[in-house]
Amino acid sequence: MKAFNIVIAGVGGQGVLMASKVLAESALASSMDVKQNEVHGMAQRGGSVISFVRIGAKVHSPVVLPGTADILISFEPLEALRYLHYLKPGGRLVYNKATINPSTVAAGLATYPGDVAQRIAAACPDARPIDALQVAKRAGNAKAVNMVMVGSVMKGLPIDAAVVEGVVREISRDKGAEVNLAALRGGAAAA
Amino acid sequence: MKKIISGNEAIALSFEDSGGVFASGYPGTPSTETLEEVARLGNVYCEWAPNEKVGLESAIGASLAGGRALATMKHVGVNVAADALMTLTYTGVNAGLILMAADDPGMHSSQNEQDSRNYAKFAKIPMLDPADSQEAYDYVRAGFEISERFDTPVMLRTTTRISHAKGIVEQKGKVEPKVGELAKDVPKYVMLPNFGKIKHVAVEERLLKLQAFAEESPLNRVEMNDPELGIITSGISYQHAKEAFPQASFLKLGLVHPLPEQKIRDFASKVGRLMVVEEMDAIFEEQIRAMGIRVDIGKDRISLCGEVCADIVREAAGAPVTSAKTQPVTDLPLRPPTFCPGCAHRGLYSILSKLKVFVSGDIGCYTLGALPPLSAMHTCICMGASISAAHGIAKVNEIAGRTEKPVAVIGDSTFFHSGITGLLSMSYNAGNALVIIMDNRTTGMTGGQENPGSGRLLQGDPAKEVDMVSLVKVLGIENVFEINSYHLKETEAAIRRGLETPGPYVLVDKNPCILRYRVKKPLVQVSDEKCTGCRACLKASCVALGLQGSGEKPKVAIDPNICNGCGVCTQHCKFDAMTVATGGTHESI
Repeated sequence: MKAFNIVIAGVGGQGVLMASKVLAESALASSMDVKQNEVHGMAQRGGSVISFVRIGAKVHSPVVLPGTADILISFEPLEALRYLHYLKPGGRLVYNKATINPSTVAAGLATYPGDVAQRIAAACPDARPIDALQVAKRAGNAKAVNMVMVGSVMKGLPIDAAVVEGVVREISRDKGAEVNLAALRGGAAAA
Repeated sequence: MKKIISGNEAIALSFEDSGGVFASGYPGTPSTETLEEVARLGNVYCEWAPNEKVGLESAIGASLAGGRALATMKHVGVNVAADALMTLTYTGVNAGLILMAADDPGMHSSQNEQDSRNYAKFAKIPMLDPADSQEAYDYVRAGFEISERFDTPVMLRTTTRISHAKGIVEQKGKVEPKVGELAKDVPKYVMLPNFGKIKHVAVEERLLKLQAFAEESPLNRVEMNDPELGIITSGISYQHAKEAFPQASFLKLGLVHPLPEQKIRDFASKVGRLMVVEEMDAIFEEQIRAMGIRVDIGKDRISLCGEVCADIVREAAGAPVTSAKTQPVTDLPLRPPTFCPGCAHRGLYSILSKLKVFVSGDIGCYTLGALPPLSAMHTCICMGASISAAHGIAKVNEIAGRTEKPVAVIGDSTFFHSGITGLLSMSYNAGNALVIIMDNRTTGMTGGQENPGSGRLLQGDPAKEVDMVSLVKVLGIENVFEINSYHLKETEAAIRRGLETPGPYVLVDKNPCILRYRVKKPLVQVSDEKCTGCRACLKASCVALGLQGSGEKPKVAIDPNICNGCGVCTQHCKFDAMTVATGGTHESI
């Protein structure tokens, strides 16, 4: 089996790392080899974040190369466009519609492009924008956007949804589990 | 039980499983989580040292006292610890000692891209280079065995994609920690010249023994497949090369110094094209060529700069690349890291930017003050350099007859690390700079580690907080004052006083890191009627701010999910359009 490549993009502080952890743990729980990798450090301070999860019988490199991602999950539209070239032809993109201003826009040095959604749609007609913030709020916590995003791609993963749910239950802190599971299911329904 | 953990976590786990007794180090990406994980696991004593040299020296003491010891640091930290390392190699160890050096090829979060493998050659010590989390785990165990068997410190070298990448790890049986005798052996441990001369011979002999060991050790493994292409590689480069050419033959090095010459010779004789894949410097290639062995593909085809990936390996060997021809979209606004909403550094830098002073910077979150629109930093070299460099600038300004007084900015952790000696020099040598210590009581950039000023130890116990003002005074600085940079006017006045007063002048900004201490403050609100769209507030360079609407003069809007109510933007507003919601004051943090 060729490695299944997932790329998760977002902004520092959005929970990209936790989403990656859920996917990686789910692969382990499914007895597959897995490597997960993101670069943190400077990225924590509101910078652009990109994380890789590779799943397969045997995974060597932890890095997903541009043009080879089976799935791209983006927590923010501009970041979806920024990392769109990671997607392989025919790959699947799900992104959160809520925008976050980059520091360059906030400082008035640049403008947030008004045509991000159109450009994504032009390059990737099957791209699926979802309102993850609303789904997360309905689930009980605006911070659960990351679980909504994981849920949104669950159908296309080489992993059983029940395994993902089990992992989310395990790694959520006591009372957070129900909210996270609701967010996960909400994401699956929204996509 | 199998678990999925990062290389750093694997090293920590193995340290505990391999009879580790003492661990020290200084935070630095990508090494930081190693000691944090030792602390989280909780069964072995560990601590943060104020800098890497102190960390390694303490580990030397621990080894002398009979306990297996670990010192962790990032690649540039090894430079700080190098003084200790270069003589530690002569004395050797009592109990096993591992120095973990985490390199950052690609400079994801570093100021340079130095290759720590050079240090193993330089110090004439063995170095292990794991290729995934499992090997990171295994090599700690192997490292202690080598250290004790050959009486040598061992370097365990990782790179960012080993330290931070997660992979599956299976734990091995536990070695119970045991503490041996405290070593008292003057000729071995006191490096007076006469003893040192004897030990240098021992170091060279040890290297020969290690070479013989490298030939036999399973740490260096041959994987014979298709002999047309033979690849010599190590660490993360092995994974990229394996990804590119799973059917090729490999000599996969785990012990990367000293090299197994005979094994390399045998391997080279069995393959068609010999390729050497290594990130950064041509350490293997130069040595292999010096053995008189032909290298067909090496650094002539693989860059000395940045990371390697599978496609770089493919391309170097003349194979088609698999990544798509799709190009990244390049006309998008960048999203560089920036100060957190609510961070105290923002106010300070907006003043320094306004005053257009020369700012000598240092290593930490506050290095981001160099980026636009703040653009208020003009040099940044290494930990602690801000103060010493400002001192040199001031001296030459004086010689040249320039009246401008430079400003040094430095964080608390960096000041404890190596800023103290710079300030001591400035005080002693009658310097003339304004030093601003941003004392947020944590090591912020690496994620909020404890330090001598934070009042906590790595393992969570309370500690005595160093009083910054007293520390500065004791160095001979008379003018030292506390400021609160959330108040722009007062802070500006204090900075102007510091610039006008001749001689060393120190301001201490005592505001806790809002990320580390989870400070939450009431939101700032904008009056749509009063906002004129003048953009003055945007000088605060805060991601919570944005322009709303598309007219000629769009007005400012605040993202309530992001704003942390520091109020710096409100003080830039000349039209009273911005207010912090009632109930909050800046002091409330």
